Amino acid sequence: MAVQVHVTSVIQRVVGGQRTISADGATVIELIEDIEARYPGFRETLVGEDGKLHRFVNIYLNDEDVRFLDGAETQLSEGDEVSILPALAGG
Amino acid sequence: MIQPVTVAANLADLVGGTPLVDISVLSPKPEVQIYAKLEGANPTGSVKDRIARFMIDAAEADGRLEPGQTILEPTSGNTGIALAMLGSVRGYPVKVVMPDAVTRERVELLEAFGAEIIYSPGDLGTNGSVQMAERVSAEHPEWFMPYQYENEDNPRAHYESTAPEIIADMPDLDLFVAGLGTGGTLTGVGRRLKEYNPTIRVVAAAPHPGDLVQGLRSLEEGYIPPVFDESVLDGRIVVDSSTSFRLTRELTEKTGVFAGVSSGSVVRAAQIAAQRMTSGKIVCLLADNGWKYLSSGLWTHTYEELEEDVATVLWW
Repeated sequence: MAVQVHVTSVIQRVVGGQRTISADGATVIELIEDIEARYPGFRETLVGEDGKLHRFVNIYLNDEDVRFLDGAETQLSEGDEVSILPALAGG
Repeated sequence: MIQPVTVAANLADLVGGTPLVDISVLSPKPEVQIYAKLEGANPTGSVKDRIARFMIDAAEADGRLEPGQTILEPTSGNTGIALAMLGSVRGYPVKVVMPDAVTRERVELLEAFGAEIIYSPGDLGTNGSVQMAERVSAEHPEWFMPYQYENEDNPRAHYESTAPEIIADMPDLDLFVAGLGTGGTLTGVGRRLKEYNPTIRVVAAAPHPGDLVQGLRSLEEGYIPPVFDESVLDGRIVVDSSTSFRLTRELTEKTGVFAGVSSGSVVRAAQIAAQRMTSGKIVCLLADNGWKYLSSGLWTHTYEELEEDVATVLWW
């Protein structure tokens, strides 16, 4: 299941400065593990020891926050786009 | 709830009571109607007049803010402009901590109202303003910091004014969409709407930070404002700058509504939500009007022509 993963800011540095990486996985967590295999440290940037996404990270599947889908277990389909972004304030 | 008056004693009395207008021409399906609440109709042209008034009223009432005391606040612009207006009306000097990557109009408006601007690094976004304001506040304990990110009068402004207005104008709404900045609008409106009707869904439109926030050193520098109660949300949709610009422009071209850049994101999030509904009514809160964004060229140039310039500007 090939998925395009867009990363920004801090997370770009973990994947060698790339903005977009291609990865495989049937779920969000499998996708993260696939990237971890190539870029050690990627997983702990996003996920705590409890297996939950860090508070300050938002992962969007085709523009929708996966926390409101099935979180790390959210299912992926061929051609999906995933964006990993830091939590930011405005105002 | 803020009551409309015929002759206002001063501008503070004209905060709130904003109109709701049908923008269903932008809906992807005829069975779903979309309505826009025009917060640009507030005295300084943004939703932030509401929280500025509630935060200042409460601080005056309990003595945290004394006559003539200096007000300090971190802001990406609109809250500072609203506080500066109230400062003019009520006699408080206002200082704002703002990223140095905002549109020129925000700077000029703040100066017009007599506010002093302390710049924080643009590549840290609003998070950088928050950190700097905390330092400045510690150095100047004699100044009053309303602190919209932690002040419960921020969501309360929306609980007590924005939400009741929406319920009065559109009692049968199904879904509410607003932009995510401090989270105050979503939290206050969301709580009130769900008390009124627990089946109403609340969706946040979040700005895609693009390459702007390269200055963040770690994700721990991410920031979730304490006033933001994420449990009121049923969904969060991220919208990139290109799409926000396109929808902001389309909003003007198709409905005549001249709104700020975050409004494009909110309308886009409403369209995505509409696609998943069979029928119903969506209320979008459009946080400000378009005047402060004219210098961006958004209504006169294509996004491709602007891309390099807009990537370095903080829009919310």
